[in-house]
Amino acid sequence: MSSAQFVQYLISGITSGSVYALVGLGFTIIYAVTKIINFAQGEFVMLGGLLSFTLIHSAGLPAVPALILSIIIAAAIGAVMYLLAIRPAQKASVVSLIIITIGAAIFIRGIVGQELTKSFVRPPSFSGEESISFLGAHIDPQALWIIGTMVMVTIILHLFLTYTMVGKALKACAINPVASSLVGINPRTMALLAFVLASAVGGIGGVVLAPFTPMSYQSGVMLGLKGFVAAAIGGFRSPVAAVFGGLLLGIVESFAVAANWGPFTSAYKDAIALVVLLLILLVRSGKLAEEERAG
Amino acid sequence: MLVRLKRYWSYLAIAAVIAFFILIPFDWFLGRYTTLMIFIGIYTIVTVGLCLLMGYTGQVSLGQAAFFGMGAYVSAILSKTYGVNPWGAMIVAAVMTGAFAYIIGYPIFRLKGNYLAMATLGLGLIMWILFKELSQFTGGPDGMSGIPFLAIGGFIFDTSFRRYFLVWAFCLAVLLISQNIIGSRIGRALRAIHGSEAAAESIGINVTQFKVKILVLSAVLASLAGSLLVFNMNFVNPQTFDFMSSVKLVVMAVIGGLASIWGAVFGAGVTRLLSEELLVRFVGWDIVIYGLILVLIMIFMPDGLFVKLKEIFERLRLRYRQRGTEP
Amino acid sequence: MRNYLKYAVVLVLAVALLALGGMSCSSGGGGGATPTPSAAPYKIGAIFALTGFNSTLGDTEPLAAKMLVDQINANGGINGHHLELTIYDNESDTVKAATLADKLIQDGVLAIIGPTSTGDSNAAKVETAKAEVPLVSCASGSNIVEPAGNNTWTFNTPQLDFVAIERIYTYLQEGNITKVALLTDTAGFGKAGLAQLKREDLLTKYGITIVDAETYGTYDVDMQNQLNNIGKTDAQAVICWGTNPGPAIIARDMKTLKMNIPLICSHGIAFRDFIDIAGTAANGVVFPAGKLPVVDELPATDPQKDFLEKFRADFDSQYGSGRANTFAGHAYDAISMVVQALENMPEGLSTAEARAFIRDYIENDIKDFVGTGGVFNMSPQNHNGLPRTPKEAMILVKIDNMKWTWLQD
Repeated sequence: MSSAQFVQYLISGITSGSVYALVGLGFTIIYAVTKIINFAQGEFVMLGGLLSFTLIHSAGLPAVPALILSIIIAAAIGAVMYLLAIRPAQKASVVSLIIITIGAAIFIRGIVGQELTKSFVRPPSFSGEESISFLGAHIDPQALWIIGTMVMVTIILHLFLTYTMVGKALKACAINPVASSLVGINPRTMALLAFVLASAVGGIGGVVLAPFTPMSYQSGVMLGLKGFVAAAIGGFRSPVAAVFGGLLLGIVESFAVAANWGPFTSAYKDAIALVVLLLILLVRSGKLAEEERAG
Repeated sequence: MLVRLKRYWSYLAIAAVIAFFILIPFDWFLGRYTTLMIFIGIYTIVTVGLCLLMGYTGQVSLGQAAFFGMGAYVSAILSKTYGVNPWGAMIVAAVMTGAFAYIIGYPIFRLKGNYLAMATLGLGLIMWILFKELSQFTGGPDGMSGIPFLAIGGFIFDTSFRRYFLVWAFCLAVLLISQNIIGSRIGRALRAIHGSEAAAESIGINVTQFKVKILVLSAVLASLAGSLLVFNMNFVNPQTFDFMSSVKLVVMAVIGGLASIWGAVFGAGVTRLLSEELLVRFVGWDIVIYGLILVLIMIFMPDGLFVKLKEIFERLRLRYRQRGTEP
Repeated sequence: MRNYLKYAVVLVLAVALLALGGMSCSSGGGGGATPTPSAAPYKIGAIFALTGFNSTLGDTEPLAAKMLVDQINANGGINGHHLELTIYDNESDTVKAATLADKLIQDGVLAIIGPTSTGDSNAAKVETAKAEVPLVSCASGSNIVEPAGNNTWTFNTPQLDFVAIERIYTYLQEGNITKVALLTDTAGFGKAGLAQLKREDLLTKYGITIVDAETYGTYDVDMQNQLNNIGKTDAQAVICWGTNPGPAIIARDMKTLKMNIPLICSHGIAFRDFIDIAGTAANGVVFPAGKLPVVDELPATDPQKDFLEKFRADFDSQYGSGRANTFAGHAYDAISMVVQALENMPEGLSTAEARAFIRDYIENDIKDFVGTGGVFNMSPQNHNGLPRTPKEAMILVKIDNMKWTWLQD
């Protein structure tokens, strides 16, 4: 393929990868602090997108306040979900908690479908619809917003976790919840904070994604899955690793379509990406086992 | 006198339950729910396998629909496209699915915790994509129709009446065999593994081997259920085996109670009843209610609905006993 | 063992209570031989995609059906029989379409209209054919009703996919376009369309060569990679076959990639959301359709103009302006046919006999039937009934300035 096409595929992969990264960040934050896999993570992205459309389209709000409000509402819903669905189930098993998050996801999806809309929606792009030329490739300006937002969020999150008191408390809770509570960090407050952060990040993802790609109340399912894969590649531990995982997933998918290799049509891109992922997991588990035996 | 009553009560109970189940498909009784009950029976079989896998080995499977679907598609393809006898197709499907589970079992169980969950999820997704994409064999996203019925000699299991008894005969057999397994040495080994893998290893149990065996068993059961499904609907479609299906299977297992075999009937029954019957009446709101019920059941009855009912029953029985001994 | 029995009793009682208590009591078995009393309502079933990705097509369909049923019931029903319409949502789920069909059959409906999409219809028809219940589908895949000999209990009301494709190929041929690229949905409608698009006889007849055939998944959100592949070829036009939201995304992606070749879609995009989602990228898109989208531009002499204007007026006044679309029309045509059959049905038939009567009537007595999709003439060989010569069957719509305009050729 020509270099222009290579760049096109690469940019396409980085764009979708950035979205996966944002979802994966949310998974990682919650898992690190609470050891829970939040299967409703994709729904927060969906909420960000649909809320921003509804606020702009039906409530007539100007763009910027609508976006900010959407993110705040998504974070609020995350908080409510934690308080009503997760906290009361403290003593439940891992499986039960997973199911609770799935139930919450289904519930949120249903309410959005009933109360907002069941159609696909697309809010206006942030900076127009004329594509930009770059190294011979054509890029939708919204894609640049997506990539840029992902980078910003990652940087801000990293700074937050490393340099602020609250952030450090969050990190401490992730590393050792018992020790943290001994020094006065309330794990339940940290858990709430983790959920709020994760849903806010998800909401941000939705807000930048929706103008790029139409979303419906069911978009959260696939997004959640891909984000889960991204977080898994990243080991569920570090946000930066989740970002790396998301980008890797996006790029692999994109080039799987480009390769168009043999009977594996573009429809197989999801499967190829998953197989790659499974191989990575297996290799990594082998390495972990070796480390355990050596150490 | 009271003692004799007690014994009769047990026999009466057996008789009542058996009678109830036998009478369901009759038009004058609960005939219109025959199809629903057939599905409950089929899903119970998958759920039993999942209960064994998740409850007794502590391994979560977010991709059980892969085995369910393999059984369904292999049976469908063999019987429809290649004209193989449906019984033969069912057996071949079970063997293939079991072999597949055996092959992936060892590498999969090297992963732990969330990585394992991820791997099962990935597996389920990959199989679903294959079902959708290998259109020459599977018919693609639209699936295949024209799959034959099961038959013994000239007796074809075509009416829902006959299919009901076929499915529940299988279901009962599965339940009894699984009950046997739990009570046996294997069951004790499983519980040991569930309690502590390290401890189990130290007393000589080959943990990974057991896990793989149970995985294979759950896969074979899922495959059987899948075969019964296609020979019941004469139709197969990849949408039945997507991620949400695997989730629903886990939900069935958990509602019934992971440690309970008979609870599987309950879990499959309640879930199916909810999604197919009650909620169809509430267009649009059904998934809202479904999600809410899921969350509430998991918060208030984390060991499963079935176990909760047992508890309530026990408490009532104790209270009855106490009253009985008062002068 | 004894303990488990008691628990089993509790279990069974609980399930039984749930089952019996939660159900609404409706009588009727699965088609026995008992004759229905004369004032009993006529039950009609409907399966539509009210949620899920096809809901954009499906959401007006039940409204159209209800509109006719309400009108009839307000006038005393058919021969004194009220019409009872039960509408189920199959959630754009193909398997649910089949199980819901089975449910409706158990509930004793005399006919079923819908489902919304091709995949769902092919699933539902397995059940309705088994139970010998007439099905009038609102989906356009020709594999639903062809060959009619294998689908004796199934009919459909939208124009068939190959008719739409021939209309497109006619347009391309007249525009001297010979090389096309395909971009089709892998499921149901798109897959059925692909089979017709690739037909050797059609390609030869219209002088078309397919230089690239790409596919996309129903849930895919980015088709730039497939379009990149197409861009590498010398295709002169892209034909997209799918419903929602794929084609809208494809239109936008083509604009982003600055692809100048025309985009031609199927009649599955004839709803407002396509334009809303695609934005300015929708301009220039061409698709075949029935006459409803451009009814205002039709000359007064057009035989369908009055009927379509009345349909639109009735629909919009009841449900809001601008809501009438071709999909509502397909549902309206379907239920109108069932209603006409019922109007001619003698009294005292059993459920099974009534179902057979409706089937026979639709197959043999729907002639010169004016509907929103066109004029229907059903026969034992043709269970769709609409004309098959391309220019007679469908017109071309071009989206111009974010509106549907009539492309006359």
